[in-house]
Amino acid sequence: MTAKYWKALSTPLVDENPVTLQILGICSALAVTTSLDTALVMTVAVTCVLALSGASVSLLRKHLPHSIRIIVQITIIASLVIIVDLVLKAYMFEIGKRLSVFVGLIVTNCIVLGRAEGFAMRNGVFASILDGIGNGLGYGLILMIVGAIREFFGRGSLFGMQILIPTSQGGGFEPLHLLLLPPSAFFIIAGIIWFIRRKRPQQVEKPAFRIRVETEVEKT
Amino acid sequence: MTGLFDLFMRSVFVENLALSFFLGMCTFLAVSKRVETSFGVGIAMTAVQTVTVPVNNLIYVYLLAPGALAWAGLEQIDLSFLSLIAFIGVIAAMVQVLEMTLEFHVPKLHRAMGIFLPLITVNCAILGGSLFMVERSYTFIESVVYGFGTGIGWALAIVMLAAIRERIKYADIPEGLQGLGITFVIAGLLSLGFMGFSGLG
Repeated sequence: MTAKYWKALSTPLVDENPVTLQILGICSALAVTTSLDTALVMTVAVTCVLALSGASVSLLRKHLPHSIRIIVQITIIASLVIIVDLVLKAYMFEIGKRLSVFVGLIVTNCIVLGRAEGFAMRNGVFASILDGIGNGLGYGLILMIVGAIREFFGRGSLFGMQILIPTSQGGGFEPLHLLLLPPSAFFIIAGIIWFIRRKRPQQVEKPAFRIRVETEVEKT
Repeated sequence: MTGLFDLFMRSVFVENLALSFFLGMCTFLAVSKRVETSFGVGIAMTAVQTVTVPVNNLIYVYLLAPGALAWAGLEQIDLSFLSLIAFIGVIAAMVQVLEMTLEFHVPKLHRAMGIFLPLITVNCAILGGSLFMVERSYTFIESVVYGFGTGIGWALAIVMLAAIRERIKYADIPEGLQGLGITFVIAGLLSLGFMGFSGLG
């Protein structure tokens, strides 16, 4: 029994990572990663919404008519996101301001609806909560890696603490401003995908066409 | 008038929703394998965006914003916390209405983009457009232009990505990068190109 719960929690971390394998929730993964603290807050927010929406959908799953389930799920998710948004506005106003519309966009984050529809509709409450937390952490893992790379090389700091002193302040570090611009996020995620698929070859997608190498025998 | 043209150009190129705000990425990466289908999604997206942003603007200004209910004599009521649910509801309803209208009047177009319409309800670019409209407090006319512009910009980006993906179908790509990986790299290069437009402003 515990093995099943452990599986629900741990597989989304690398083996079925929502961002790199399931192509879910990429929008926010790219947009909030210019610094590590926004990435962390976003991870916590998404994990909370995932766990709570998984729990509520799983509780309701036996009473939901099939035809209106999506509407009910969206309403549950939207209410949870409103709560998260209000909490952020009350206690972390500065970071909430920097996340701007991306907190609201958790509603349309495909991870949340995808897990509600794909997992919570078929499993018990406890397993759904663990699955939500697992997926939130798997999403957060990618977010934190990208955020750390972008903030460290783009500004020379981590969590807003200056580690490398930039040349403008008399240090020896030239910040790579490109890493703070949107394109870099695409390249970093591509790199992470490449790395994971080197380690886990079963995730590699089959090419549409295989190039046939002409051998010496065929030439003659 | 120049202000509106400026806003249009900005929402198509400089602040392209897909390539500089990463909105609608799931659809952007998943349905960009062929130019034809991505063109269909792009048109559907533009149509929905052009309708929903102005409608959400009206709803926000006359029902939800702080003090918006003054016309009913209820100045002190602030319903802005409901905007997320209201917007999602409007988007879902609009997509449904658009689908029924198209099916009735232009069945050919409906067949071409039919399957993509429901998908668009959960596309973050649509909700994102409405949320940006609130954050930047656009007027009604501005929101029409903004909705149309962002839709066109998104369509442009996905058609370009699909065209490049069709071209590299026969290329010999490193094993780990096949499929999703190389698509990210292409999107990054496109985004790099679009950064150049930021000098336009």
